[in-house]
Amino acid sequence: MPVEQTQLLYRHRNVPGINRLETYVAHGGYEQFRKAVAMDPEAIIEEVKVSGLRGRGGAGFPTHIKWNAFPKNRDVEHYFIINADEGEPGTAKDRDLMNALPHLLVEGCLCSMVAVRAAKCYIYIRGEYIEPWKSVQKAINDAYAAGFLGKNVLGSGLDFDIYTHLGAGAYECGEESALMSSLMGERGMPRLKPPAAPLPMISGVWKRPSVVNNVETAATIPAILELGGAKYAEIGVGSPRSRGTKLFSISGHVNKPGIYEIVLGTPFSEVLDIAGGVRDGHQLKTYIPGGSSMGFAPPTPLDYPFDYEGIPQNTQTLGLGSGGLMIFDETTDVFKVTHRLVDFYHHESCGKCTPCREGLDWLSKIYARIASGGGREQDIDLIWDICDSIRGKSFCALGEGAIWPVMTSLRLFRHEYLSYIHHGRNTYSDAGQLGA
Amino acid sequence: MAKFTDDTKRRLDALIARYPTAKAALLPALWVAQEVYGGWLPPEAMQEVADHLGVPASDVAGVATFYTMYNKRPVAHHRIEICQNVACMVNGADELIGYCERKLGIHAGEMTADGTFSVERVECLGACCHAPALMVGSTYYENATEQTVDKLIEELANMPSESVNPPQSQMPEQGEF
Repeated sequence: MPVEQTQLLYRHRNVPGINRLETYVAHGGYEQFRKAVAMDPEAIIEEVKVSGLRGRGGAGFPTHIKWNAFPKNRDVEHYFIINADEGEPGTAKDRDLMNALPHLLVEGCLCSMVAVRAAKCYIYIRGEYIEPWKSVQKAINDAYAAGFLGKNVLGSGLDFDIYTHLGAGAYECGEESALMSSLMGERGMPRLKPPAAPLPMISGVWKRPSVVNNVETAATIPAILELGGAKYAEIGVGSPRSRGTKLFSISGHVNKPGIYEIVLGTPFSEVLDIAGGVRDGHQLKTYIPGGSSMGFAPPTPLDYPFDYEGIPQNTQTLGLGSGGLMIFDETTDVFKVTHRLVDFYHHESCGKCTPCREGLDWLSKIYARIASGGGREQDIDLIWDICDSIRGKSFCALGEGAIWPVMTSLRLFRHEYLSYIHHGRNTYSDAGQLGA
Repeated sequence: MAKFTDDTKRRLDALIARYPTAKAALLPALWVAQEVYGGWLPPEAMQEVADHLGVPASDVAGVATFYTMYNKRPVAHHRIEICQNVACMVNGADELIGYCERKLGIHAGEMTADGTFSVERVECLGACCHAPALMVGSTYYENATEQTVDKLIEELANMPSESVNPPQSQMPEQGEF
């Protein structure tokens, strides 16, 4: 029996006009905000804690821990910040959510703002996302007109303002501290982190209590308030620490690529089936479970619970990440895919930390040399050595994310590297072989 | 020659009002400057932004050069930006880029002699599930094919340029509802 796929965020995804306020309200929209605004902020945080919600942006950090670290008063301005700087290769869920369900995001922000006692929210949207930006901005405008935003909202005595803020093309700004730098008008570089600096919830943007949450995380809050934390926590068929549903962007060589809301813990093979399976006439060679930084996984096993804890250790991937599941069949040249990713991370490294900046520069040069037929056998050791020099030695996770696809592809597809080194081409993908 | 008019300055002030500090308005202000200066940011544009925001010119240059969407040299009227990242790559992005290059007689990263078109390789556009994807101005074209490109090049010739008028510069004023 396949797992029943409860739809929470996407419940009304295909209702015509759901991006408009009146349709959204007709389907129960803003009811949870009406409830939240009358609630004690601590009670909201408690519901989120009981729900087991973990950040949907990639790190999977429990949301309530962040929220609970806020000062329990409104003595100074608190800032609630949405990370809509979606840029992890393979991830396209926030774009769809903002295009199709902008009011769900606005309502999620409002509920969250009550919980963290914030009157101001900035939604940081990547510069390329013009359509999602317009969609969200229109929803904000309509929410002001309807009295969900502005002064003394719904007679609560509380003010709520939401602003959109556009980025300008920098992958690094999706990192929470770099995003805060960028929001303050600086280069998008990561900032000092605890224990070297206070938590952002104590001193974040403009030295005020701040939190950065992903679009999907905020959009999940209304569902948690509607069901109640305990009921939400009952959804999920895998690990007790992976509760609820999550949006997955499934791309690459599948029959029905798309964005799907999937109950956490659903067996991976079922997830693959939901996307129509590997494209007809082809076989699974490898996949990336959650955005390119997670690395490549082998085609077996497939019957494991797909959630934060379920991804088998032996895949050596970093895990579920942002839910950007990329499927590759036997025609894929894994060396070439990795080369592309190395160049991507090289381009996007912010340049702050020497190991990441220089290491990726060298990796990019070595991959280019191997690709053009000038590879040497000792290059494999050299790549390992550079990865080792980056791993754990840079300020943020970009460097770590960059070397993970490199290391996992080397472990699983070393023969493809050697093929380039010995023959100047990939004899495995040419022949459509799955490899070792 | 300063190009910021009173209207430009009023727009910048409205942006500054959205944040606790003037410096925080730097990114949106640079979008406005890019519009005023016809799609790119010459040093004078950065200087004008610095002067109006009261931020050192070096900070403005530092920010403008950090982000790829701020153009440091003039750009084509219509920029065909094709995603080259992996989900698009395994679905034929390289072939599509090659087709564009041959059709327009330029290499990726170049613009046509009359400045109408350029072809550019860009990183993940967040359209992985409808690959390959390309973007012109504010519009995404997903599941793009050679026919998409043919049609696009034909139609764009008569369309206003969004690289000269970046839609990102049209940030609405708070309270303007």
